[in-house]
Amino acid sequence: MAHVLEKLFGSGAPDGGSRAARIALAAIAALAALLVLCNLGALGAAMGELRLYLGYGFIRRALAVGTLVALCAALLGVTLVLKRYSMIGDGLSHVGFGALSVASALGFVTADSLPGFLPEGWRSGIAALCGRIAGNPLPFALAVVIALAFLILRISERSSLRGDAAIALLSTSALAVGVIAASLSSGMNVDVMNYMFGSILALSESDAAVSVALPLAVIALYLLFCNRIFAVTFDEPFARATGTKVGRCNLLISLLTAITIVTGMRLMGTMLISSLIIFPALTAMRLFARFRDVLLCSAIVSVICFVAGILLSCLWAMPAGAAIVMTNLAAFLLFTLIARARG
Amino acid sequence: MALIELKDVTVAFEGVNAVEGVSFRVEKGDYLVMVGENGSGKSTLVRAMLGLVHPKSGRIVYGDGLKRNQIGYLPQQTAAQRDFPASVEEVVLSGCASRLGQSFFYGRELRERAAEKIRMLDIEHLRNASYRNLSGGQQQRTLLARALCATDSLLLLDEPVTGLDPAATQELYSVIRKLNREHGVSVVMVSHDLKGAMADATRVVVVDRGVSFFGGIDEYRAWSARGEAR
Repeated sequence: MAHVLEKLFGSGAPDGGSRAARIALAAIAALAALLVLCNLGALGAAMGELRLYLGYGFIRRALAVGTLVALCAALLGVTLVLKRYSMIGDGLSHVGFGALSVASALGFVTADSLPGFLPEGWRSGIAALCGRIAGNPLPFALAVVIALAFLILRISERSSLRGDAAIALLSTSALAVGVIAASLSSGMNVDVMNYMFGSILALSESDAAVSVALPLAVIALYLLFCNRIFAVTFDEPFARATGTKVGRCNLLISLLTAITIVTGMRLMGTMLISSLIIFPALTAMRLFARFRDVLLCSAIVSVICFVAGILLSCLWAMPAGAAIVMTNLAAFLLFTLIARARG
Repeated sequence: MALIELKDVTVAFEGVNAVEGVSFRVEKGDYLVMVGENGSGKSTLVRAMLGLVHPKSGRIVYGDGLKRNQIGYLPQQTAAQRDFPASVEEVVLSGCASRLGQSFFYGRELRERAAEKIRMLDIEHLRNASYRNLSGGQQQRTLLARALCATDSLLLLDEPVTGLDPAATQELYSVIRKLNREHGVSVVMVSHDLKGAMADATRVVVVDRGVSFFGGIDEYRAWSARGEAR
């Protein structure tokens, strides 16, 4: 196996070889993973079925939004993994679940169910607001997750509670709030299951515009501040001492992470969205040793694995989120193998 | 005027005074070595000089064209840094991040500055090498080049030879000596390695929750000989 891989990819030293060749190698490797997976099923019949699926608007929406979210997650993931902040993604996704559950529970609030001591006008006003939030939960979830992202950042910077412990406290509490809200209102129904494990049907046409604009903004901001983010990630004390605005940079990273998670979690599921952040970065770091190459490779791997995952989920009627995690795992293992083979 | 002058500085850490009434100065061209036991307050003083913590009382004055955020800092390395996927060039260039000003990307001028420092530290052949594959000594050279990107006048080195083997240690000392004597960069070095660090020092400050000694290297030798005699 090692021999074959060496033939295929060359046995250059880790730093040798041109960058383009190594990027191509990464793309080929991920494609190979996809092909191996697809071959397990009957490829011929599958292609026809795929064409059928691509005719559906919701699949095309899921592919478009998901690809952008996968790009965001891949870029941010590199920074979060290197900053030892991987758990932040996981924590925030739990918070997102809590926010979505509370939002949908608010749909059951009526003017009559509110306490009687409130004036009549207030009650109908609150009920109307709750209805609006339940009808369009995205802005609400976004606000809650961003707020909690800042809180987590502050806690891990200032408090004597250790960062990872603080995140675990917050995220499990948010999860508990979500579960209680769901069971008090409608029970653990299909909606709640969809929040947890994602659904390809989750993106309505009305959400699509926002869900495309937000990740585009995230990618643009990340690339613009890439150099500062690198400086802060590599060495925070140095960056602080030499006058880089470290606090603002960390805020930006938190904000972008929060947006990525909220946009992606309905598709991927709140339990699985953090894998989108962690996997591609780790996969890229197996083979690449320059920051720019790692970013590029992470982005390519992430998008390929996402598309492959969605296709698999169509073909075999698997939950999209879970299928994407599995393609990411396959890419990770493949890259690990190649790294081993090259020594 | 001195590059940095500490005037009766007291710094508290979690409510307890880590150092009290510290006064000393760093002049242009100095090679100042700061020594002291673990917990003597050296690191706290370093952090105060960099502006990372604020003194409870007293003043730290920067002069001779030096601004507080133009100190070339060489921090102690963290485990996360040792296996960071970045090329030498990317790491050195990140020393220019504070000079970006309003722009987002490194222009020709900053790239040229980074290239110059890479040449100065003799690591041109490692330019595209990955930081995580370098030896300890090469990593320290890379970080020195980065520090020089951030400063023109003063390097502040926090235990730079920790974890290096004897040969790499000697090499790093000779690099620092060259920067100090040939390129006119003033040096403040915190060190445990008394013998090695003192070989090039022009001034010494001994910290023990305050300053127990501050003066030239010859005075220091006399002072420490008296201490041993006692």
